[in-house]
Amino acid sequence: MDLEEQANIARLVESGQKDRMVAMLGMPNPASTRMVAMTLQEGDPSYAGPLAGIPLGLPVYHILEDQVRQIIDPAVYENEVGPMEFVLDGAAISKALDAGR
Amino acid sequence: MIDLKGKLVLCLGERDGIAAPALQACVESAGAEVIYTETQCFV
Amino acid sequence: MSIQGLVRPVVRSAVFSMAHLPGMVLSGSKPRREVALDGDGLQQQIVSNLRSFADAVAYPPHQVMIGNLSPEILDTIERPWHRQPVQNARSEGPGGRFIDEAALYAWMARGDSSRLLRFHESLPPEMETALEVHASGEKTQRIDKEAMANAVLRGAEPFYMGGTTDPVGVMMPAHDSDESLTAPVLLENAVAKVTGALALSDLLKESNGQPVDHLLGCGEEAVGDRYQRGGGNLAKAMGEMVPGEICGGTDVKSFCAGAIHAMILGAALIASGMHRRVVVVGGGSVPKLGMKFRGHLQAGYPILEDMVVGVAIDMTADDGVSPILRLDRSAFHRLGQGSAAHQMAEALSAGPLYAHNLKLSDVDRYAVELHNPDITEPAGSGNVPHNNYQILAAIAAKKGEIQREQMAEFAAAHGLPGFSPTQGHIASAVPYLPHAIAGLTSGTMQRVQCVAKASLFLGRMTGAGDGASLLIERNPALIH
Repeated sequence: MDLEEQANIARLVESGQKDRMVAMLGMPNPASTRMVAMTLQEGDPSYAGPLAGIPLGLPVYHILEDQVRQIIDPAVYENEVGPMEFVLDGAAISKALDAGR
Repeated sequence: MIDLKGKLVLCLGERDGIAAPALQACVESAGAEVIYTETQCFV
Repeated sequence: MSIQGLVRPVVRSAVFSMAHLPGMVLSGSKPRREVALDGDGLQQQIVSNLRSFADAVAYPPHQVMIGNLSPEILDTIERPWHRQPVQNARSEGPGGRFIDEAALYAWMARGDSSRLLRFHESLPPEMETALEVHASGEKTQRIDKEAMANAVLRGAEPFYMGGTTDPVGVMMPAHDSDESLTAPVLLENAVAKVTGALALSDLLKESNGQPVDHLLGCGEEAVGDRYQRGGGNLAKAMGEMVPGEICGGTDVKSFCAGAIHAMILGAALIASGMHRRVVVVGGGSVPKLGMKFRGHLQAGYPILEDMVVGVAIDMTADDGVSPILRLDRSAFHRLGQGSAAHQMAEALSAGPLYAHNLKLSDVDRYAVELHNPDITEPAGSGNVPHNNYQILAAIAAKKGEIQREQMAEFAAAHGLPGFSPTQGHIASAVPYLPHAIAGLTSGTMQRVQCVAKASLFLGRMTGAGDGASLLIERNPALIH
């Protein structure tokens, strides 16, 4: 995850209401999804950015997970995600997130 | 089942996956409030 | 819209200038920022993982860029491709040629109209030779090591020959407090100008001498000062470097879709009868160098984002041979059409085809964003062209052209492997042009659709995206 983006998120979380915060991801594959999820939960695994050693512990979901799709208006989901559901490997992405949960 | 109602959501999209505006529309339809959007582009 | 009664525009050729600039990886946005934080250790790590010029030339996707190999051959070469160098690879081909660092820096000296470059007083012999050959007549300003270090402390931007950490030269800032004229911005713009000018120069060398009426710039950099940050018209600055051309120029901007927008607008200028010959020119991007270097280092790859690429695309009135630019079957993405990938594909690919009773399967090949997957995958961005073709296949399935099980087959038949350096606007559809033009003239293809998308949201002024598509067809004079 970009160092500047890590800084933005760190600032946002420090500003309060962390308990209500959730991250929703749209990365294209399991590896990048896992990397961002780790950064937001356990801290930057590359130890390069502002979130290095800072375990925010944010709940992290990916838009292609079944449990996410179930709670989204189907018409909105079809319009916004549509065939990307078949193009990207949602099952592998879910698995990558589950492994870190 | 997860519940996003009343949650403050950070939408972290990627141009070559699902972009943040699409994530935002989706989570708002589930009752969440979006507090941050970012779409990364690596090309 | 009918094009009857109008002049038919054609695309005659496309030429790439492939500048191999390993030393400038340190000037890429990502390495530059991270080296500033991390210091010498990271700089050394980058410098010791750069490619040689010979390796860049022999890299199979680059041989496809300059037209010496067909894109389809990449499907038969085991990845990662840098481990499968092409034997006896040539540095030039029908689609362009390579330029090494020394030659590029010499061209920068030649184009240094504001006298902002300073070179080291003692340069490697190949750099001296290059200055002699490409910038003879220009008095380069030389400074010693100490003066160079002082200049850097005062905001000058150093540039290097690959594999060294002692700069061969610096770009000076043009103003003390103008953010648009800082040295890194000027260096970025100078390299864009020179790579575009090199492609233009090569294109004009090979053409028949018909005068160019207009240049359309399609790059992504902002040229201007504090009062007009993106004032632009780098196209004219490129044209100025090519002797004898008395043509107009305009920049066309839309992020990575700039080239396709410019091709459509240029074709329209020809169709209207206003111009007979328009050349689209684009320079390459320094900030994108090394963007995914961490992914490459982690995968044990050399840093593959070491190329800055310029392009020139020649468009004229119908010559009875070259492929026709079908303006009536082109499309601009419209506000309200949605920016998700599948919405773009619907608007840009299916839309203009179905409006003219054509199907997605009637197009031989789709030229999409042809980013090299060996560059994007180690950084977790996936295989960009592959995903684009999957989306097109999904739309073809949705429209009943194919069954869902046939999606992979459709993607293979109408798609292409990615082979372009990750240079944004350069990678978007245009790298296929040399192959498309050959296939639509001497080959057997009938139609190629060029599709480009633009991430407008990166500029923080809108959440919208953009894109454009252009259908290129075999010239009817060749169909008998």
